[in-house]
Amino acid sequence: MSILVNRRSRVICQGFTGKQGTFHSEQAIAYGTNLVGGVTPGRGGERHLDRPVFDTVHDAVKATRADVSVIYVPAPFAADAILEAADAGIRLIVCITEGIPVNDMVRVKAALAGSRSRLVGPNCPGVITPGQCKVGIMPGFIHQPGKVGIISRSGTLTYEAVFQTTRAGLGQTTCVGIGGDPVRGLNFIEVLGLFERDKDTAGIIMVGEIGGTDEEAAAEFIQREVSKPVVAYIAGVTAPAGKRMGHAGAVIAGGKGTAADKYAALEEAGVRTVRSAADLGVAMKQALTARRRSKRKRKR
Amino acid sequence: MNLHEYQSKRVFADYGVPVPQGRVASTPEEAVAAARDLPGPVWVVKAQVHAGGRGKAGGVKLCRSAEEAGKAAKAMLGQRLVTPQTGAAGLPVNLVYVESGSAIERELYLSLLLDRERSRIAFVASAAGGMNIEEVAAHEPEKILRIDIDPAAGLQSYQCRRLAFGLGLSGKQVAEFERIARALYRLYLERDLALVEVNPLIVTKEGTIVALDAKINVDANALFRQPGLVALRDPSQEDDMERQAAEHELNYVSLDGNIACMVNGAGLAMATMDLIKLHGGEPANFLDVGGTATAERVTAAFRLILSNARARAILVNIFGGIVRCDVIAEGIIQAVRNAGVNLPVIVRLEGTNADKARALLAASGLAITVAKDVSDAATKAVRLARAGAKR
Repeated sequence: MSILVNRRSRVICQGFTGKQGTFHSEQAIAYGTNLVGGVTPGRGGERHLDRPVFDTVHDAVKATRADVSVIYVPAPFAADAILEAADAGIRLIVCITEGIPVNDMVRVKAALAGSRSRLVGPNCPGVITPGQCKVGIMPGFIHQPGKVGIISRSGTLTYEAVFQTTRAGLGQTTCVGIGGDPVRGLNFIEVLGLFERDKDTAGIIMVGEIGGTDEEAAAEFIQREVSKPVVAYIAGVTAPAGKRMGHAGAVIAGGKGTAADKYAALEEAGVRTVRSAADLGVAMKQALTARRRSKRKRKR
Repeated sequence: MNLHEYQSKRVFADYGVPVPQGRVASTPEEAVAAARDLPGPVWVVKAQVHAGGRGKAGGVKLCRSAEEAGKAAKAMLGQRLVTPQTGAAGLPVNLVYVESGSAIERELYLSLLLDRERSRIAFVASAAGGMNIEEVAAHEPEKILRIDIDPAAGLQSYQCRRLAFGLGLSGKQVAEFERIARALYRLYLERDLALVEVNPLIVTKEGTIVALDAKINVDANALFRQPGLVALRDPSQEDDMERQAAEHELNYVSLDGNIACMVNGAGLAMATMDLIKLHGGEPANFLDVGGTATAERVTAAFRLILSNARARAILVNIFGGIVRCDVIAEGIIQAVRNAGVNLPVIVRLEGTNADKARALLAASGLAITVAKDVSDAATKAVRLARAGAKR
């Protein structure tokens, strides 16, 4: 099994005929994703990458029964694209776009609270269930179907975690990049909950970074609700306060959001933490082995 | 993007938020003239820099005559002001703001910012104005008032009343406070701000409410639709390297160490800094060349980090996903050749075509150290930087 997407997901792409949309849709199709069409206003009726193009998400959903949409439209139009997807009844909206004004996302987040749609991102690499469905910009070939669930605020650090778990022979159930913006859709807690309920996910890797208090909230949730082993890494121990470190959300402000606070909260919740991003795969392998041993003991 | 106090106060005035009368001056003579034109009997001369903590650093002077205002301006202009928020180098004072003095009865604190936990815009207020609000929040959290705003319903009157009464305002002041709060919220939304801070917001001896200071930070993501605010940018207040980086669409932050790094992706860039520290070194910078690094960007990034005189080694850490490692390797080889790099370069490349990339680097004949993994790269960078520092 997996979470959020699988081989039955019917995916459309908003911003389909643009440079980004075209490139990543080609990659998704090559990976085996069930990409059923795309949306570019004004290009409805055309075909692109041997798939139908629609003017609106509503048209696309009606014709293809799509339930997942991936958004590559430029930042000034991205909030509108997310709301259009939600209004058309898309179940999972994955927004890759970077640089959306924060106040736009405040409105979007409030509007989505009353809908059935789930949003991943923005400013994220997307979601992949290895061997089944790739929705986003991650390189498919580093993944391998397996048993580790990965959640991360950073793109290339997700790839590190993926690469290491593939090398360690563990593989991944699903990898979710929740994005580097301060206002985003799914957060650690929601994804942790999904992995906890997914029977094929044996362990969870969580990659956080400085800024905000979402990792602290996740720590509290893990202590209460998560029985599977969790390995965590927080980027930015050396980041100075008050500076935005690349991601809009990666900033220590008002004394809040330091890596030290996040590590302390996670460790208190019994999470196995690593201080080097290079140790994620090994730590996960150890956590899973330790768990198997303790289970075997209990059986005896 | 930050605005100066004098710019923020003009924006406040446009939105109907009361501010003291004032004028900006770039010479002592202009400061004298400004004080003569503005109502007295006292004036305040304030250094215009993008940092707080100016008062204790000598950047705010109370003056009793126009001549005194001129002297205060002379002492500040052309200097660098060092406050706890500027770093050791301080920021250049190119302008001062001359303002009519206010008769202060009480000092309050008011700000609008994003509440990340609730994904809403929130007011933060306190009757303990004029102080460092972070310290108030840490030591006397009961003195902090917070309300957050439903983006669909907007700011409500009861919310303004809660703040006003909580701040100890009464009578006509309550309605006046609501008018100011509504103006600030409208300003925050219409101008795509990330922060408005008024510290202090004062109650005058006459009982009116006035914004004595004004700090505005604009959401960098929204500058494309705020041309009026972009025009207020002051590059003299920005870090030179950070400004150059922004021109090449690189994310760069200056740090104090001697190991320069170049990484693709913000998270991995922070992780690389952390690894350097973990292995006993100090990073010279944060540099994200973007998730999809190109050869051109790598070249621009090399030029940038080479202009840092403190750098003793360069660590390149690239995870090639969509972008192929061999393309990046060619970019590195080109950049090292063209830019005449005379520092040790340690490269870790992983991902698509990594083997081919390593072979290219090894065959280049350049003094590039190829690391087998991230930890190896960090260890080698720390060792080579130490050797370089001794020379």
